[in-house]
Amino acid sequence: MGNVIKVGMADLNVCVSPDSITTLGLGSCVGIALRDPVTKIGGLAHVMLPDSTIIRNNTNIPKFADTGIEELVKRVVARGANRTRLVAKIAGGAQMFAFQTKNDMVRVGERNVEATKKKLAQLRIPVIAQDTGKNYGRTVIFYPETGDFVIRAVGKPESVI
Amino acid sequence: MGGITLEEMSDEYFDVLKELGNIGAGNATTALSQMMQCKVDMSVPQVKLMEFKELGEMMGGEEIIMAGIYLAIEGDVAGSIMFLLEKQAARHLVNKLMGTSVEGEEFSEMEFSALKEVGNIITAAYLNSLASLTNLKLHPSVPDLTVDMAGAILSVPAIEFGTLGDKMLLIQTQFFDEMVLDGYFILVPNLDSYSKILSALGLV
Repeated sequence: MGNVIKVGMADLNVCVSPDSITTLGLGSCVGIALRDPVTKIGGLAHVMLPDSTIIRNNTNIPKFADTGIEELVKRVVARGANRTRLVAKIAGGAQMFAFQTKNDMVRVGERNVEATKKKLAQLRIPVIAQDTGKNYGRTVIFYPETGDFVIRAVGKPESVI
Repeated sequence: MGGITLEEMSDEYFDVLKELGNIGAGNATTALSQMMQCKVDMSVPQVKLMEFKELGEMMGGEEIIMAGIYLAIEGDVAGSIMFLLEKQAARHLVNKLMGTSVEGEEFSEMEFSALKEVGNIITAAYLNSLASLTNLKLHPSVPDLTVDMAGAILSVPAIEFGTLGDKMLLIQTQFFDEMVLDGYFILVPNLDSYSKILSALGLV
């Protein structure tokens, strides 16, 4: 068994088999796992907000879906992954509280998921599996060896997508 | 008004927020004590400005299960407030309040509702002290409660802070009755609100 690389909130990293990569307690944030199935090189990003272009203070690249995904692609390709073979799995984007009615914060989880898919489509990276939305937190572990994306949630059985 | 970001806040302002946190938590402790009809003490709150990455670890890990109460604030200052309590502490409070000694992992609907009320009273006490000190109108919304992983709960205020900067202001308070209850307040004012609070106190 390899090492487990940890990715924090507004953070990203590259991971090569046999290591695995994890991020804990995704709420409204989205976890994006990328993988090249041939070289078994992958990576994981934990993004918080959909769009860097509408925010003044936007120098924190991994914080946003648009810039975070671009950076993650750049990093896995630099590590040796083939850009055209990349596939994605995504999880998170929950609505943790029922009310959240403040205008700009409405459905931020959902908007994070939408922005993530939009960016991946733009980069022509197919989303081959997802577990998003709903109202609970998720911990994810990604294994570049198999491409398994393991999802754990409180009071629910572990699932693999 | 330009609005003060957390990163550029001076020590003086920071001390003021710390003191507001202290007074707010003090009021919350009194409210808690009245509700539970027993003596509750608290430690001096710690006010910390934390990077998102450090948040989970400081609470003992992103996967620690916590109860989080979250409500929106409207009025002169807009934003939201969250109160977090570790699950065991939440269990203790609920038992005490309902005169039970349940040890289970899950909360029943009744217990959930009691917990929501605890959170409501604590956050209202906190907001009241802030409102009377600053003479600002603060109207809290109906609260919502969730029991989940700390990281997932914290993602909600973190995202709101995230639109302004890369750090979050956290007020940690320990309450004591027979056991230590670690509680965290997170006040998320919108961009203009820090300036409003500070100028209401005659500091800007």
